[in-house]
Amino acid sequence: MKEQERFEPRIIGFLCNWCAYTGADLAGVSRMKSAPNVRVLRLMCSGRVDPTFVLRAFQLGADGVLVAGCHPGDCHYQEGNYKALRRTLLLKRVLRQFGIDERRLRLEWISASEGEKFARVANEFTEEIRALGPLELTAALETGPALELEEVRA
Amino acid sequence: MSKPKLALYWAASCGGCEITVLDIEEKILDVAAFFDIVFWPCAMDFKYKDVEAMEDGSIDLCLFNGAIRTSENEAIARLLRRKSKILVAFGSCACDGCIPGLANLTTREEILDWVYRGSPSTINENGVRPQPKVRVPEGELEIPEFYEEVRTLAQVVPVDYFMPGCPPQPPQIVKVMTAIMTGAQLPPPGSVIGAGDKTCCDECGRTRQEKRVKRFYRPWELVPDPDQCLLDQGIICLGPATRSGCGALCVKANMPCRGCYGPPPNVTDQGAKMISALASVIDSQDPEEIQRILDQIPDPAGTFYRFSVPASLLHRRRSAPAA
Ligand code: SF4
Ligand code: SF4
Ligand code: FES
Repeated sequence: MKEQERFEPRIIGFLCNWCAYTGADLAGVSRMKSAPNVRVLRLMCSGRVDPTFVLRAFQLGADGVLVAGCHPGDCHYQEGNYKALRRTLLLKRVLRQFGIDERRLRLEWISASEGEKFARVANEFTEEIRALGPLELTAALETGPALELEEVRA
Repeated sequence: MSKPKLALYWAASCGGCEITVLDIEEKILDVAAFFDIVFWPCAMDFKYKDVEAMEDGSIDLCLFNGAIRTSENEAIARLLRRKSKILVAFGSCACDGCIPGLANLTTREEILDWVYRGSPSTINENGVRPQPKVRVPEGELEIPEFYEEVRTLAQVVPVDYFMPGCPPQPPQIVKVMTAIMTGAQLPPPGSVIGAGDKTCCDECGRTRQEKRVKRFYRPWELVPDPDQCLLDQGIICLGPATRSGCGALCVKANMPCRGCYGPPPNVTDQGAKMISALASVIDSQDPEEIQRILDQIPDPAGTFYRFSVPASLLHRRRSAPAA
């Protein structure tokens, strides 16, 4: 396939402020090569990633969603990453029932010093989603309700 | 002065929403006295052409129950929208898709294949499938088209009010009808009426504790303690992901809430809310153990979205794209 025809996946990355985001930042300042497909959103903690955010990302056109937080035991809010782990495992089962390949949702632990790991995860995940192809939920779901500000706060 | 006009309709539904209207008991006499009932296929003999002949906007209030599954459901939804001043999505099917909406976790083809071929009680040697149009000696017959997916009423036409519940509970119906009949100020269009603005848990009197669940139970696997929160006991109760309004009816009967009042205010996706709530009660930090505990939930999507697959963010199952 010609280079310009290659499918460029859209990936949303929810990264926790204290570890994963700092790790991604380190990858950046160290000029490591990481796929630009992962669009990063910084949250305070991986435990803040409401399953609604993940579904909304898919609904609005994401082909993959990365949730990344501190390693087990390192979450700055003690329990947040374990909560993220339980949510992700459950959400993957639900995604499967909706006909969405569960590999499109990925959870990773990335510390503040693991810039290299962030770059590797971003590259690997991009290639994995590229192989899975586009998800294309957007067109079929135009009747979906709009996310209200109150919902983000809830 | 002529009386205000009332229409009631059922689309893809079970009929429970029709019965609940009668369950308001003697109040139904007030309703019948106040309104001129101009269309109610379940109870009175009207034809679609009677509605077609009415002037646009001449029905004052239309209570529409049922989801949109067929072309007939859609056509009547559009017709009644045009003829009605106030269109109410009445009951869970019209609001969120409800039980008919669970069909969105499978496909049209799978449904037809099971019903007309696969099921053990099917005898259909010629592989006959329903056709929207068929020629018989007497002429051409037409039946409604069975759509690929189930939609909510609001996914088809603009809706003024949403009245959730499977079915809406009689005291709530009385409250709404009384408000309408006394000319009380109605909330802004788009509002949920006949329900609360909290969660089912807020109406539940059970004692809650720090939730620590190592094992989930199906309701038939144990007799729950009547005073403790069911979720604490490992029974999946949708209370935290469900709008208040029923008075926690099921929970009072020692059964978990299944979620029929739909998502609470400011929650778009009922199932996502429930995933979040469940992830908080599981007592494990070990991926394998968590997986084992989660495997005790046989049908997560059907459980968390029992009443709201069509209204959910994902709306329906996708068939896997060709690799
Ligand atoms: S989860 Fe169920 S049993 Fe527990 S408080 Fe909420 S409604 Fe009551
Ligand atoms: S307890 Fe839940 S399922 Fe039962 S009537 Fe109330 S909202 Fe519906
Ligand atoms: S702060 Fe990083 S996962 Fe909680």
